[in-house]
Amino acid sequence: MKHKVSITVNGTTHTREVEPRQLLVHFLRDELGLTGTNIGCDTSQCGACTVLMDGVAVKSCTVLAVQADGSSVTTIEGLASDSKLHPVQNAFWEKHGLQCGFCTPGMIITVVDLLNRNPHPTEEEIRHGLEGNICRCTGYQNIVEAVKHAAEAMPA
Amino acid sequence: MATQVIGAALKRKEDPRLITGEAKYLDDIRLPGMLFAAILRSPYAHAKIKSIRTDKAAKLPGVVAVFTGEDFKDLPPLPCAWQADAGRIQNNINTPRVLEIDRVTHAGMGVAVVVAEDRYTAEDALNLIEVEYEPLPVVVDAEKATQPGAPQIHANAPNNICFDWSCGNKEATEKALSESDVVVKQKLINQRLIPTAMEPRGCIAQYLPASDEYTVWMTSQAPHIMRLLLTAFIFGIPETKMRVIAPQIGGGFGTKIFLYPEYCLTVALAKKLGRPVKWMETRRENYLATIHGRDHVTYLEVGAKRDGTITALKVKTYANLGGILSTIGPGIPTTLYGRMLSGAYKIPHIYCNVLGTYTNTAMVDAYRGAGRPEATYVVERAVDLVARELNMDPAEVRRKNFIQPGDFPYAPADNLLAGLKYDSGDYEKALNKALEMVGYSSFRKEQEEARKQGRYLGIGLSSYVEICGAAPSAWIGVSATGQGWGAAMWESANLRVHLTGKVVLTVGTQPQGQGHETTMAQIVAEQLGIPVEDVIVQVGDTLGTPFGYGTYASRSAAVGGTAVYHSAQKIKEKAKRIAAHLLEAAPEDMVFEGGRAYVKGSPDKGKTIQEIAAAAALGYSLPPGLEPYLDDITYYDPPECTYPFGTHICVVEVDKDTGEVKVLRYVAVDDVGKRINPMIVEGQIHGGIAQGVAQALWEGAVYNENAQLITGSLMDYAVPKATFFPKFELGSTETPSPTNPLGVKGVGETGTIASTAAAANAVIDALSPFGIRHLDMPLTPEKIWRAMQSAAK
Repeated sequence: MKHKVSITVNGTTHTREVEPRQLLVHFLRDELGLTGTNIGCDTSQCGACTVLMDGVAVKSCTVLAVQADGSSVTTIEGLASDSKLHPVQNAFWEKHGLQCGFCTPGMIITVVDLLNRNPHPTEEEIRHGLEGNICRCTGYQNIVEAVKHAAEAMPA
Repeated sequence: MATQVIGAALKRKEDPRLITGEAKYLDDIRLPGMLFAAILRSPYAHAKIKSIRTDKAAKLPGVVAVFTGEDFKDLPPLPCAWQADAGRIQNNINTPRVLEIDRVTHAGMGVAVVVAEDRYTAEDALNLIEVEYEPLPVVVDAEKATQPGAPQIHANAPNNICFDWSCGNKEATEKALSESDVVVKQKLINQRLIPTAMEPRGCIAQYLPASDEYTVWMTSQAPHIMRLLLTAFIFGIPETKMRVIAPQIGGGFGTKIFLYPEYCLTVALAKKLGRPVKWMETRRENYLATIHGRDHVTYLEVGAKRDGTITALKVKTYANLGGILSTIGPGIPTTLYGRMLSGAYKIPHIYCNVLGTYTNTAMVDAYRGAGRPEATYVVERAVDLVARELNMDPAEVRRKNFIQPGDFPYAPADNLLAGLKYDSGDYEKALNKALEMVGYSSFRKEQEEARKQGRYLGIGLSSYVEICGAAPSAWIGVSATGQGWGAAMWESANLRVHLTGKVVLTVGTQPQGQGHETTMAQIVAEQLGIPVEDVIVQVGDTLGTPFGYGTYASRSAAVGGTAVYHSAQKIKEKAKRIAAHLLEAAPEDMVFEGGRAYVKGSPDKGKTIQEIAAAAALGYSLPPGLEPYLDDITYYDPPECTYPFGTHICVVEVDKDTGEVKVLRYVAVDDVGKRINPMIVEGQIHGGIAQGVAQALWEGAVYNENAQLITGSLMDYAVPKATFFPKFELGSTETPSPTNPLGVKGVGETGTIASTAAAANAVIDALSPFGIRHLDMPLTPEKIWRAMQSAAK
């Protein structure tokens, strides 16, 4: 039996009939075609699928679409406004905080959430804040640099 | 215009699409009418398949078809390119089939496939397939597999031995050992690793019956090789009938070089069903069925004089190949391992014997570094063992044995490198710089003080040299003197300057995160004197790029980049001829510099590359006999490989109560030759260090006694997180490679190759007060705690 859900994604409300077992990440990718959110594991370890749900970072592979009913979700596609990059996106570019780019959307969303909660994190707080996201390319060093850069660029 | 673009830390051209979610990875592609395939995998590691019942699965609404191996009997097993003893072993013996038919040799092999309208349905239907297996005894360990009584996996491989390969000089090495003042023996386990590219593998195939043509999208580091293997070795069709596209690739680290059964299966399904089919693996499948790396059991004997001069190195290695052979699996622990066992040292005699063995485990093939991390680990542990035995400083033993700058080109002893020679280097300079950065002498005092307080600090050195820029085709390929890889290894670059002076560069290499769209553009921009923005680099489509062997073995800059360089020279030569014609000058009087061709001695009398490009494209006024357009191609076969080197130093503290290791500092001095883009180079080194340190301290694939992978997910396999590392401190020296005009050596794997030994040596150094001489990786708290406890007794 399908359930009707209304989820606002990047400012637009979408109403769909979904299977109760459908994961939010599949709703975003398959129903809405928002493929910027990636899937890197099946045990909620990697964080590639991280999105903001009502302003808080969640792993969209651990949230059912029906749980997101009535929520407001921001994906990587919704961060830039008027084709102007979000400061965190810009910082990743500036500081070479990505290589293959697969973990990057989830990583950027996590950092947006981190800086919302803690606008001026220490290096230790940054590394701790990234613990839910795995990157296999960068050794995290330039991601940490990107977070510092973004923190400086963003109005606290 | 400034043309110093090589060496500039330019931001990457590829990033805007990656930071916005615009990039299209394989799973982001959806074709009209596309079906989804899910594969049923064997729960047993070694078993006969007695029967498979698919009828219930086939009846599930939404399921389009269910197939087993019987349905693909007409397709041959996959090829393995490395033919041991050239010709003795056929290239498709003991290799995977599209789906296995009567037997499985490791847990996770595909035995049936469901194709459905959506992925959820396909996965549901897998649970409705009934398979009857007859389990067989298993073996996991590469050495135990060769011992009497071990279960036999392949009838054609007695004692599970695939090959018995040697290099160096046995007699001379044994004689040198017997005449040495000291001989240190040690067993080393280089544990199995799971590469874990963040994007798992996937494939989409489409078949057009009217034209009898396939288009295949694939997570591939080498799309041209994939097309060649699929068409010539599996489907028996001309390569003109297949187009392979590698979309955005989310990391590879070697895993995406190879032809896998699932790719062949997806292509076969698309034809059988007449609809596009997508297969995308889960992380669980990625861990079970994508290749693993390393997995050596090694016995080393190293001889030395009392003054620390190393006299000989003898190595015997059991290299685990898995239950069946991957595309170049046997080539890794041979060519890329045994031949690099001289390391950075003048070792007078070396002998290495490798037994490649079958076990009931996943296929083993090239994982970042591929053979060289294993070789470096052996050599750098051996040097530290000698230092310990002689109570000498490990830095001093290294210094004493280094190949000296005047020795290059250097051929390691006993024809170890089969005719190749290390190109250039100054190993001591890199060591000294690293020691200075870390403050080595003061650290030793600090360490002494700390020990008095019951704190255990350790410092570990790794002075590595590796082989990149693979490779002269005659050396690597199958020939009387070749290494038996069944492949050439040249690269290609086609450079086209369009009418407006904008350049499209197509290459046969295939990045997975390395930033080639930026670095290759930098080479063109520097040579033609145009803005980097004016160069578009296109990769990943066999229809639109010249044939190339792909990106792995840190070869893209040294081989592919050199092809780009040569194409630019050809363009410049033609540009000079056109400019001379337009200026009514003699072609031999022309100079090309700073984006212009001008008359020697009269810099104001010239034409810009943009003006020349327009003239070339319009063709109104060209010298007689000259073809229109600036368009040239190079197929570049390198004369020699390249040999990056350096010294990495790791500083750790071991908690005496818990055995926990904390990495306090990490210093790396790498000499990768000329650096095209230092920002990208450093990024590559950071990532490599993280993967290599992870092997020393955390990662390890574990199969239990039933050959079940118990580190089968990211919950169980210890991929490091951001908190695991301090900030890496990088330094460099620059010794250009004399083998290519760019002077580049390669950087994709140096970090991984160097860092494992540095971290392992650091932990053993920290534990030296306990009399601990060696522990096998990963150096987990439990292992260290137990060793400290038993040492204290």
